Amino acid sequence: MSHAIEVEGVSKLYRLGEIGTGTLSRDLHRWVARRLGWEDPFLRVGETNDRTVRGGGDLVYSLRDIDFAIEQGQTVGVIGRNGAGKSTLLKILSRVTSPTTGEVRIRGRIASLLEVGTGFHPELTGRENIYLNGAILGMRKREIRNRFDEIVAFSGVERYIDTPVKRYSSGMYVRLAFAVAAHLESEILIVDEVLAVGDAEFQQKCLGKMGEVSRGEGRTILFVSHNMAAISTLCRQAVILDRGRVDFMGAVHAGIDRYIRSSKTSTGDVDLTGMKHHVCLFSRLRSVQLLDEQRTVTSTLFIGNAFILRIGFELKEEVRNLEVGFCINNIQGVTLVGYVSPWEGFRTHFPPGVHEVECRVPFLQTLPGTYQMTVWVKRIGERIDDEVERAIEFEVLSRDINGHPAYFDKYAELNMFQHSAWSMATAASAT
Amino acid sequence: MKPATDHQPWDIRIRPSHSLFSLQLREAWHYRDLLLLLVRRDFVSFYKQTVLGPVWFFLQPLLTTVMYVFIFGRLAGLSTDGLPQPLFYMCGIVAWNYFAECLTKTSTVFRDNAAIFGKVYFPRLIMPLSIVVSNLVRFGVQLLLLLCMIAYYVLYQDYAFQANAYLLLFPLMVLLMAVLGLGSGMLISALTTKYRDLAFLVTFGVQLFMYATPVIYPLSSAPAAARGIIAANPLTPVLEGIRLGLLGRGEMSATSLAYAVFASLAVLLTGIIVFNRVEKTFIDSV
Repeated sequence: MSHAIEVEGVSKLYRLGEIGTGTLSRDLHRWVARRLGWEDPFLRVGETNDRTVRGGGDLVYSLRDIDFAIEQGQTVGVIGRNGAGKSTLLKILSRVTSPTTGEVRIRGRIASLLEVGTGFHPELTGRENIYLNGAILGMRKREIRNRFDEIVAFSGVERYIDTPVKRYSSGMYVRLAFAVAAHLESEILIVDEVLAVGDAEFQQKCLGKMGEVSRGEGRTILFVSHNMAAISTLCRQAVILDRGRVDFMGAVHAGIDRYIRSSKTSTGDVDLTGMKHHVCLFSRLRSVQLLDEQRTVTSTLFIGNAFILRIGFELKEEVRNLEVGFCINNIQGVTLVGYVSPWEGFRTHFPPGVHEVECRVPFLQTLPGTYQMTVWVKRIGERIDDEVERAIEFEVLSRDINGHPAYFDKYAELNMFQHSAWSMATAASAT
Repeated sequence: MKPATDHQPWDIRIRPSHSLFSLQLREAWHYRDLLLLLVRRDFVSFYKQTVLGPVWFFLQPLLTTVMYVFIFGRLAGLSTDGLPQPLFYMCGIVAWNYFAECLTKTSTVFRDNAAIFGKVYFPRLIMPLSIVVSNLVRFGVQLLLLLCMIAYYVLYQDYAFQANAYLLLFPLMVLLMAVLGLGSGMLISALTTKYRDLAFLVTFGVQLFMYATPVIYPLSSAPAAARGIIAANPLTPVLEGIRLGLLGRGEMSATSLAYAVFASLAVLLTGIIVFNRVEKTFIDSV
């Protein structure tokens, strides 16, 4: 197999801080101030960039000496924490920005879905926008005309195709935009988190289309997502970026395991002090910890696991009827299940001060995917006093109840896992 | 889709900087459909958004003409080369509008399209080109108005129709205006991405530039002191030439025309080079 993409020694340098203020009058003002020995009038005091620890100068490498090659027809997931350089890499590959050093070589046409619907004009109809958007993405008019019916059918907005897109719901808008992009006649497709919008059915359709595209048509796909479940079903290879360097390149499952292990400590134990709180009349949440059965901090579980949530909070006064609770919601924000202390008859007298409570859930019911927990504290029967939404995030891996790899991707419309016992009903007969 | 082999050459090579003169015109040609669709988008959206939209095309030059007749014709008593004042001013305004629109719209092309430029790649040159072509539609509509006015003067005001063989140069004149507007607009766009407040200066500068161009006065009546400056303006032969072709009065020689062509091409080339350079890095700075 030959390479579809070769990236060789690519770096991208960004200058931090102020190069210019952006307007001539301000630059003049600043220059005058400097000549007179005044303080710089546009320097923002106390502004720090804590994304990366700054070195000596103002220059920061968003990417540094990236080398990798992608074979033709391969689907590759690009993984990395925020700020690892994923977006910069994709921007360079899709030629939106150019690298500081190095070279990228590409065989075939490249189409990127950095953000779907780019160039959609609200006043134009769906039909007109399909043509315009297709042309922006590099298609000739004839190509679009040949695929027009296919695009419309895929988007599922046939009825509204001659309505201006400003009257579309945001879901319809995205469906149409993705449909155009997915039908591009390009050899390489770059996809960045487009699946965050749209309903579950459409997300499945998109994933299905992408799988079909890579397997059936031999196209090369680069897929950037934080959704490990989607990456593991769609991609065969993974590239992990860490602070601008390639940390790993290889088989997707090894990659995901490595990524999750490296990001474990940062998410299983959360300090809530800096997060958004509620009214906090008498209480204030301080911390949340997710522990597995062995009482080690974790952020990854699989179905059926027992887990412990430890919630730390502070009370300003004595509380006799305290309620502590948390609920689990999926990444779309749908709340799936809640765990509330008085439901279990947990009533204790809390003196003022710092407390920690634990809730042990014997059986995790969520299916593989990413979930978040919201925690709260209040008096029973009264309003919420303190609440931190999405305080902690955890991942449920594609493993069966015993921890062996298993496949779940067909059942995305299901929300919960219920324990059930399976056995042979009859002995094998010899027909 | 044909399988690639290692011997097959690379289709795209992305490197830090391209040579100054790689204008990527071949690639822009591949995107010609996009150009047409963008023009269509501009037209349709303008037409749909405002009730007055199409009427505004007519109203703006008409009202301006009325104003100029009053101020420059009646109050200041400027010469119009013996032509009826409304015709003279209308002709200048229609032509000038086209140039000015091309220039001002092109000069903000990066800022106006930052969102789209940050997401997808296509030859950036397509955007300013589409502006120039879109404005052609508006120019055409206003030209129609001018022709109606000429017809009215011929029929009811016994104005002798004086259009002549110079009219054949008209397409070239329009092209020159487009090229000059595009070229200088792209030059300015490079500056306005660095200094946004220069955009205000552009509006002002365009206004000043109008007075250095024979729009409200004929070249023949320009004061001797200013004649040098006015003659150095490559737009001068263009406006005079348009007037000569349509209305039969104007000063244009082969030399001045050749000068205009040469200057326009020089401005365009510089514009494209600067534009391509800015395009490479601008997305990191907005």
